[in-house]
Amino acid sequence: MFSKWLQAAAGLSVSLLCSLCNAQAAQQQNTAVTNAVTTITVATFPDLDRAAKAALPRWNALHPNVTVKVLSLQYPDHHTAMTAALATGAGLPDVMAIDLRFIAKFAASRGLEALDAPPYNALTLRDRFAGYTFAQATTPQGTLVAMPTDIGPGTLLYRKDLIEKAGLTEADLTLSWESFIEAGKKLKAATGAYLLADSSDIRDIVLRSGLKDGEGIYFDQQGKVLVEGPRFRRAFELAREARRAGIDAHAVAWTNGWVAGFRQNKLATQMMGAWLAGHLKNWLAPDTAGQWRSTTLPGGTWASYGGSFYAIPKKAIHKAEAWEFIRFMTTDPETQLGSLRTLDAFPALLEAQQDAIFDEPIAFLGGQRARLLWRDIAGKVPSIPVHRLDAMATDVIRFEYEEVVAQGKDIGEALRDARVLIERRANRLAGAKPVKGN
Amino acid sequence: MATSFSRQQTLRRWAPYLFISPFFVLFAVFGLFPLLFSIWLSLHSWDAASGLESMRWVGLENYIFAITDPWFHKSLWNTLWYAVMAGVPQHLVAVPLAFFIHTTLKRSRNAVIGAYFVPYITSSVAIALIFSTLLAKDSGVVNALIGSPVDWLGNATFAKPAIAFVVFWRFLGWNLVLYLSALQVIDETLYEAATLDGAGRWQQFRHITLPLLRPMMYFAITLTIIGNLQLFEEPFILVDPESGITPAVMTTAMFMYRVAFSDGDFGTASAISWLLFLVIAALTWGNSRLFGKSGASDVGR
Repeated sequence: MFSKWLQAAAGLSVSLLCSLCNAQAAQQQNTAVTNAVTTITVATFPDLDRAAKAALPRWNALHPNVTVKVLSLQYPDHHTAMTAALATGAGLPDVMAIDLRFIAKFAASRGLEALDAPPYNALTLRDRFAGYTFAQATTPQGTLVAMPTDIGPGTLLYRKDLIEKAGLTEADLTLSWESFIEAGKKLKAATGAYLLADSSDIRDIVLRSGLKDGEGIYFDQQGKVLVEGPRFRRAFELAREARRAGIDAHAVAWTNGWVAGFRQNKLATQMMGAWLAGHLKNWLAPDTAGQWRSTTLPGGTWASYGGSFYAIPKKAIHKAEAWEFIRFMTTDPETQLGSLRTLDAFPALLEAQQDAIFDEPIAFLGGQRARLLWRDIAGKVPSIPVHRLDAMATDVIRFEYEEVVAQGKDIGEALRDARVLIERRANRLAGAKPVKGN
Repeated sequence: MATSFSRQQTLRRWAPYLFISPFFVLFAVFGLFPLLFSIWLSLHSWDAASGLESMRWVGLENYIFAITDPWFHKSLWNTLWYAVMAGVPQHLVAVPLAFFIHTTLKRSRNAVIGAYFVPYITSSVAIALIFSTLLAKDSGVVNALIGSPVDWLGNATFAKPAIAFVVFWRFLGWNLVLYLSALQVIDETLYEAATLDGAGRWQQFRHITLPLLRPMMYFAITLTIIGNLQLFEEPFILVDPESGITPAVMTTAMFMYRVAFSDGDFGTASAISWLLFLVIAALTWGNSRLFGKSGASDVGR
């Protein structure tokens, strides 16, 4: 066994060594050029790195004394590298880009600057951003650890041509989950296309709707596990109904089957962040241009998918400059709009959302002025607190759902098992923290 | 004069150590240290993202958590299932196949062996790409042949046999080469004598080949046990981690990886790796009891 473990450990040691040398080299460099130019490093990942790179010319013009070095790794590598850097305190950048999925985990490390405290006082900026974003970057203790830069308002993208061919309208899709599933049956009969890539798409949205105030998706404020509640039961039931009706293609997002489904006109809708329209246009299914439309999620649900943030590690060397750069990326409307133009990143900054570009028709969506809709959705997404064990709970729920639809397990039993598994892990990690203070 | 002489002496004395030191330094850094550190770590609670100072002594708690965890049980069961379903056929096919190639094929021999051996040296990423294309639900060749859209890699009931087949396919050639090399050293005269005594091909296989292959079987099965219990790559890349079936098909090595890199719990991951080590050690010991003792003494039984 342990050869695998050794490899992992060896890999870690190598990266530690490398980061040590890097940090040292960076320090030497900095002492040498103190009076001239400060260089800050920004660790990021694609496509977000393009936003930073595109903004650099303007940054350099505004801040001739601060050079920005953009270090980009692939999405999983970046977050693994940052985990290792936080663990060892070595090789940390001045500015760290973090995807929504990792925010809670990194925040729990206590290795990131508290941006709500002086000198940052970022809470004064709160009203300038899409309402729910600050909650996503806030720890259960109330510390803000990162600033939002782009967001993903949740939308239902659908193929107008396929829906019309089956004699359906947009309202059939959005009215309620029941009408959505009914529409799927008609669509399948009329065109042979699937309404959904995977029935779990329904599950994931339904369990995000109807949350009580202060509730997270899986945990409430006291850390109690919520998966046995009616919200999860309904999510499982509706998703299983869709699977039984045969209206999903059994294709998990980002797999080959999923991509093929779009290209072969076998998938009629996809619920996802608004940014999916850009992916569809650029590489998933460019040939389907003009056929897609965007609307709200079924059943009056408001949700968001993904989002990117910038944080400052506590052990960063140039914190003041790092904060200046983060403010430039997140609170400067021109930078935010630049990101929108470069990579379709939907701005988290409300001022940027008022720009004329939002009125422009989107050719890929048949000339629909969809950004207005997305802005509207973004304004309605509720603030949902995040928990550091959300990712683990997601894994457990996915597994138990699969047991239900593929192995015929009873939903009540599946949710009970899920609760036990999540509680086991949550109790453990909660116990691992020092009891008093930090 | 004297000092330079003694310096030369010292140099002579230490030079060999200096020359051999790179290995020991590298081994200490990348072999010994991680090994010892993982024992140390397995007795601690450590969230990697919180820095080394967050390490806390928990004694055997990590081991107890792992031993009582349903997912650990599941992963252990899966690992043993793969070990049997992928491991046993490897040998049941490789031994007769090696005998057939050894006794029948002449000119095409090397080409055939090469064909069987290629999967072993192919990158696992390429293998995953090929098999996920072959086994695709709607567009795969396999489903086109059997005429029904089986969700091979998206349903645990089918994914486990599919993964076991890939592992079998990949390591058959390796075992074949091992057994062929053992066949080559069996004395031809034994077969000649048996032929004179009127023994048929099956009798020769049963009473000469099999007993004499026993030492190699011991070696090959040991490697299979160790390899299959550490199984990681094939299920890890064939099954999409975003799909819910991962826990249903995951091996203990995958579970360990998930606990470490997804849950960030390196202490428990270390404990799991040592528990797995104990299982491997026990099974290897059992194998040596079964196959290891005898060997050449069985000749001509």
